[in-house]
Amino acid sequence: MAAAHEEAARRVWGGAVPLQVHLHDADVTAFPPPPPFLTLGPRIGYLPLLIPIIKAHFSNALPPGVDTVWFEYKGLPLKWYVPIGVLFDLLCAEPERPWNLIVHFRGYPSEILSPCEGEDSVKWSYMNSLKEATFIITGNSKSVMNMSQADQIALWEAVMKGNLDGFKNISTRLKLGPFEEDGLVRTASTERQRQQGSDEPESPGSGRPCRVPVRLYVRGVQEDLEDIEDALPVSDWESVSYINRPFEIRKVEGRSYITLEHALQTLLPEFFSSDAQNAEELDPAAGNSDTTDPSRSSQEADTTKKTKVKLIRVQGIELDMDIPFLWVANNLKNPEYYLHVCVYVGTRKQ
Amino acid sequence: MGGVGHGTLSLDSFSASAAALVKRWKEIEVDDSLPDWAWKPCCKTGGPSELEGYLALEGLYRDCGGSQEQIEENGNSDGADIFACDTWVQSSSYNVHVYDFHVVYSYSYKVPVLYFQAHRSDGQLLTLDQIKQDLPSDSLKVLSESKWTFITREEHPYLSRPWFTLHPCATSDWMKLLLEESKVAYEEQSLRYLPAWLSVVGQAVGLKIPLELHCRS
Repeated sequence: MAAAHEEAARRVWGGAVPLQVHLHDADVTAFPPPPPFLTLGPRIGYLPLLIPIIKAHFSNALPPGVDTVWFEYKGLPLKWYVPIGVLFDLLCAEPERPWNLIVHFRGYPSEILSPCEGEDSVKWSYMNSLKEATFIITGNSKSVMNMSQADQIALWEAVMKGNLDGFKNISTRLKLGPFEEDGLVRTASTERQRQQGSDEPESPGSGRPCRVPVRLYVRGVQEDLEDIEDALPVSDWESVSYINRPFEIRKVEGRSYITLEHALQTLLPEFFSSDAQNAEELDPAAGNSDTTDPSRSSQEADTTKKTKVKLIRVQGIELDMDIPFLWVANNLKNPEYYLHVCVYVGTRKQ
Repeated sequence: MGGVGHGTLSLDSFSASAAALVKRWKEIEVDDSLPDWAWKPCCKTGGPSELEGYLALEGLYRDCGGSQEQIEENGNSDGADIFACDTWVQSSSYNVHVYDFHVVYSYSYKVPVLYFQAHRSDGQLLTLDQIKQDLPSDSLKVLSESKWTFITREEHPYLSRPWFTLHPCATSDWMKLLLEESKVAYEEQSLRYLPAWLSVVGQAVGLKIPLELHCRS
């Protein structure tokens, strides 16, 4: 079991997206234009961390002066604080290999993207997310706030370089997992008791349900879509719902384990509900002028449920609904302890 | 499992407290220059739509200091002719900044979070330095001295655009201290949470909170 967990972590940390980076036409100052830059973007990494090598590649063709560098895919400015793998899973309905991105050295869209001052901003964003995840899991951020400067630097260096062993050296001290069905977060003392074969499990969080840090990216695609490759590109970020909401582990009556479907049903109820009343509530929001049929059959309800959620991707893997949620959370989370889930839903608007 | 505990607030309590704030704000005789708070429901995200949304106080006008400096600065960029002919128009235009404040519930930290932005009447967004020039000296003092209030630029959870925000990671700590003082009933505490929270964060961003907000009618 521990070996399988180790293998999953290595694959997640080693995951990469092949990138083909093109210099934006307006930023080209050499003739002929430079060839695109080919590289691998770590799934758990961030686009701004690639800027030094990209700059080196295009150095002969860049406009003079310094401005904030940014990336674009099919007209959409890319959020630098979202991990590369998540952007890829969300924006490429059909995985595009290599993924063609455009890099800009001018005209930072500051009304769309938060400011970015290079590596320092990415590090701050990562530490911020880690602090937030720590708060979710333990009820406070103290284990991160109390890290020494040396440990913070070592942790960040490990993330930047994709150094899993270096990361584990520091992160195990934060005591942030793994999540378990009984709602307890395993701590050093709990582990010690288990090794001693104690029948009485210590329950430091007994008064507080365990919460799993989850970030959902919900993308609408055409309702009648049959092939995911026919999805229209994302043209603006307003059409993607970003939901930063932890999932609370609660024992569900009659279930031996919590499925991914159940977790998503809790976090995104309107995309899973087949209840006539809920459907009626959703109608005004969707601008649907059809009359809701209260006598709709259960078979039709099942059809409705199936057509709503078309695809779920985590770390590039399309997951079945019945997979245990805690397995997904423990094995496919990012280095800031967030599980990033891309959800494709069929919508009438698109 | 609702209500106030450990300085945090449940979603239900946030919604109840927000509704109470909106109602109370309208009841008391607030300064005419202060717009009303309004609840903005959102069906964009997952979750029960009747609970999803945020509090908004929008269109707060501020006359900015250093108007002469503003005019001169813009005069240079606009050219002397335009500047000379439209002195009064520019003067009134560049003197006014419009502020929007949003209060959004953080599911992670279980506390309210303040998001805000400001723009000129022509729609151009202000930088943080420009906003700080609008703030009274006591707000600047709070921002520079308190470890609990620092402004960053983050993505607005519902609008998907960068807004200024006060970071919420320490809110539950100081709200716990603040609410410990009061011996009121549990339910009453959750209704008092937002006015108490607003009295602290409002001070940091120059948003005046009438004293009557804290009194029961």
